[in-house]
Amino acid sequence: MTKSELIERMAGEQNHLSQADVELAVRCILEQMSRALSEGDRIEIRGFGSFSLHYRPPRMGRNPRTGESVALPGKYVPHFKPGKALRERVNEGASD
Amino acid sequence: MSLTKADLASALFDEVGLNKREAKEFVDAWFETIRQALEDGDHVKLSGFGNFQLRDKNQRPGRNPKTGEEIPISARRVVTFKPGQKLRARVEAYAGSAE
Repeated sequence: MTKSELIERMAGEQNHLSQADVELAVRCILEQMSRALSEGDRIEIRGFGSFSLHYRPPRMGRNPRTGESVALPGKYVPHFKPGKALRERVNEGASD
Repeated sequence: MSLTKADLASALFDEVGLNKREAKEFVDAWFETIRQALEDGDHVKLSGFGNFQLRDKNQRPGRNPKTGEEIPISARRVVTFKPGQKLRARVEAYAGSAE
């Protein structure tokens, strides 16, 4: 399911909202979530899961073309941990 | 600090102009729609943010860490999240400014 399919599905259920409002709202939610993580905040959604940042320490990398060593700085990467309800539903969905 | 459903609802109220009840319902519907798609076995791709993918894991041997007893971990389907390019880049930028 892509973002536009998700928007369509939600517009079908939220009859009181126009398609344009649904698109705006989806964009707003994704921007809030991206901004929170980019500012180092966690996201906690009960029954869905939590997003946080994991640190990757600096390491020596290699330019695959020249074989030259390059120092790569430490960085943060987004991480998602599914919540209990999501874990259970996904796993039950698999056995149906 | 952490972002919650209440924060998302108040952003929809402030920035999109939904009323409080619509905003709360919308946030609930958003996460429920994603959960339902994953339960139905669909991957969810949110361009610019990331992809929620499903992986089927085989049964593997496990151990109760407290008793040392061996118990198999049953086969299961799990959700993984792969952050998109744009989100990765924004998060890395945060790391840069913190140092």
